[in-house]
Amino acid sequence: MSEQIRKPEDSLWKRLTRQQLFIPVAALLLLVVFNLVADPSFFSVSIKENSLGNPVLSGNIISVLDNASELVILAIGMTLVTASSGGQDISVGATMAIAGSVILRMVCGGEVTADTLHMPILLAVLVGIVVSMCFGAFNGALVAYFKIQPMVATLIMFTAGRSIAAWINNNQLPIMNDISFKYAGTFLPGIPVPTPIFITILMIVIFWLILKFTNLGLYTQSVGINANSSRLNGLNPQMIKLLTYVILGVCVAVAGFMRVSRSGSINYSRIAENIEMDAILAVALGGNDLSGGKFNIYGSILGAYVIQFLTTTLYKYDVPSTALPAYKAVVVILLVVLSAPVVRERMSRIKKAPVKTEKEVA
Amino acid sequence: MQKGAVLEMHGICKYFPGVRALQDVDFTLRTGEIHALMGENGAGKSTLIKVLTGVYGKDCGEIHIAGHEGPAVIRSPQDAQNIGISTVYQEITLCPNLTVAENMFIGRTKGIGTNWKMMNRRTREILDSLGIPATPKQQLGSCSIAVQQMVAIARAVDMECKVLILDEPTSSLDEQEVEKLFGLMRDLRAKGVGIIFVTHFLDQVYAVCDRITVLRDGQLVGEYVIEDLPRVQLVSKMLGKDLDDMADIKKESGIDESVVLEGTPVLEAKGLCSNAGIKPFDFSIQKGEVNGFTGLLGSGRSECVRAIFGADRVTGGEVQMDGKSVKIKKPLDAMKNGIGYLPEDRKGDGIVGDLSVRENIILALQVLKGFFKPFSRSQAEAFADEYIKLLEIKTASSDTPIKSLSGGNQQKCILARWLLTNPEYLILDEPTRGIDIGTKIEIQKLVLKLASEGKSVTFISSEIDEMLRTCSRLVVMRDRKAVGELTGEDLTQSKIMDTIAGGEAK
Repeated sequence: MSEQIRKPEDSLWKRLTRQQLFIPVAALLLLVVFNLVADPSFFSVSIKENSLGNPVLSGNIISVLDNASELVILAIGMTLVTASSGGQDISVGATMAIAGSVILRMVCGGEVTADTLHMPILLAVLVGIVVSMCFGAFNGALVAYFKIQPMVATLIMFTAGRSIAAWINNNQLPIMNDISFKYAGTFLPGIPVPTPIFITILMIVIFWLILKFTNLGLYTQSVGINANSSRLNGLNPQMIKLLTYVILGVCVAVAGFMRVSRSGSINYSRIAENIEMDAILAVALGGNDLSGGKFNIYGSILGAYVIQFLTTTLYKYDVPSTALPAYKAVVVILLVVLSAPVVRERMSRIKKAPVKTEKEVA
Repeated sequence: MQKGAVLEMHGICKYFPGVRALQDVDFTLRTGEIHALMGENGAGKSTLIKVLTGVYGKDCGEIHIAGHEGPAVIRSPQDAQNIGISTVYQEITLCPNLTVAENMFIGRTKGIGTNWKMMNRRTREILDSLGIPATPKQQLGSCSIAVQQMVAIARAVDMECKVLILDEPTSSLDEQEVEKLFGLMRDLRAKGVGIIFVTHFLDQVYAVCDRITVLRDGQLVGEYVIEDLPRVQLVSKMLGKDLDDMADIKKESGIDESVVLEGTPVLEAKGLCSNAGIKPFDFSIQKGEVNGFTGLLGSGRSECVRAIFGADRVTGGEVQMDGKSVKIKKPLDAMKNGIGYLPEDRKGDGIVGDLSVRENIILALQVLKGFFKPFSRSQAEAFADEYIKLLEIKTASSDTPIKSLSGGNQQKCILARWLLTNPEYLILDEPTRGIDIGTKIEIQKLVLKLASEGKSVTFISSEIDEMLRTCSRLVVMRDRKAVGELTGEDLTQSKIMDTIAGGEAK
């Protein structure tokens, strides 16, 4: 009879801070406000001519959206892997190199400098996706069937990936000069918006549809929270963990394609360097528990944009690229500490005192 | 503070989102007494304990403890320990991979160095003085659960506690082990320790306790001296109503025991065995029948049903359902054949803690329906609401994470999960463990109702009288082997005991 009685109303502040997306949204707002105050021209978007003489949109906001693309796509896959296996894949940067290398090898047909496509781009990308899925399956199998800690299991590909990528092209640095290869990483002719933005939106929509029309979300969360119960409810926890790593493989291939398409070339040791750490950070910033279980994929996506926004802001204020990581680290520490459950609990208590007096009066 | 009291709690309140867990509760513990804290699930026992031990902060009220001026401030379990309140939880919270001595002293050594000799010597003294059969250098994990439990208590005692809280310490112990534990509790009482004993077993309350405090719906019902409160009254105080005669629930549900069940069994297993180490056993169940496995803890009861459900790897034997041979290699196979299984370990195998009540309820049916066919939100909502109402699950909403529900309500959710799949054959392994008496009776009634609707149920319980009330046939297990089957007139407490113990029945 009495168990349904509500606790004295929670304050708006308290309800707000309890929201999972509170930190990434607040961080984004803070960055926006900072830039507005410091220099409103940050947000100006203009039309400029690119190197090909086409009119394209240019501005910091466009560059944030454009440059965040790989990170956003990786963060989606990383979220699923985190949820199901309670660990992260640290090899995504290295496997991006592999996927990019495979795609370049396909379109260049083994030549060092190719001026024409040796294979339709779509087919090459499909091959890249399949190869990347295989590496994902390798990681996933180590985690799911051999029960190796995800970070240790993926350390193998983290270490070997860039060598494998170089080996695929016989240690050459192939250059693709056909302009159509660069469409995916730069601009489609006649369209002023960078193509990566479209590809990212497409990926987000695809995952939104998958999460809506399949049980991927429920199953990965269930397995991540309690694998035993999940098994007794007819799920195959190993299979589901493996599946999430394979899905991450797809994300990695798309991101890798985008990255090689930007330049039409590849630098095995530098391509997508340290991107795995940013991807993991995006998942954490999105308020997701890195030890698995419940997840919010949109939190991770927002987190990825926050990271890129931050990077672009720092560049804008002429922070030298060598000093960038240090500045970034300061902000990251702040964000991560703020999103830690302990701190959030404290924050939601800030306004508790007046609530209490109200109760006593009543 | 009253004279002789070691602990007083006044006007304790605690709110959770949507739930009033404790309201104005008083509790007094005297030196040298064993005080039972009783109540149904969700009555507030665990919450009161957690407030006392600093796991939860209280919303109002005061705690006084002997030897301390003014209200005690308990903000963390560490604070509680420092002022002399020690707790031994249902689940053992020590480290099984450390030695007994290490466990006794973990987190209590001062400085950097460790005096191993002193630690081992002191541990031996304590173990000897309390009569605990363990050696200091033994790995804790190699001791039986009961001994581990006792080590946990010994650790608490050595920290010179004034108040010892035992939260369901007996739920995974067998009878002899319980007796040993009681011996230890009586010794401690003689030494002047105040013991708060939380349990669901009425027999145990009457065996060791001096006083009883009853809670209901987060409120204090009263404090009683044990002699003044006969069992029936205790139960009615806990339930807040007069208890329907429990022995009569079989009659009530209209089951005629004399019906001879014939025809093709719903499920028949021959020579079934699994990698969990049970000897091959035969088993069958008819439509509309309730039968059970009985035996001591570790006798292989659970392993048998796990083999039937495919939860362990089946290594031999064959299974027929409705006369047709079926292959059950994994739980999904069993589910597709219309079998449901409520596992023994609710927390480890049953609930998916962080998921909502709704997601937990629909999980099994959803898996059966398939990966590409998720239920719509409204459909899932409808299923959850239906069963929340039907089984009277106490939850703030269907969105509440299941882990924040009380044990009994969690169990009801798991039951709802399987009822939703509409199984022909339902296996319930210890569905009533750690659950209050009211819910127990509800579950027993539900089992009989299912049987009257033509479903078959296998019911496993550590409490023999519960089995007697529900089952019409019992398979008796001993040492991982089926040693007998009892039906009809053989179904008496003494006969079962004899068979379990290895007497004449065969």
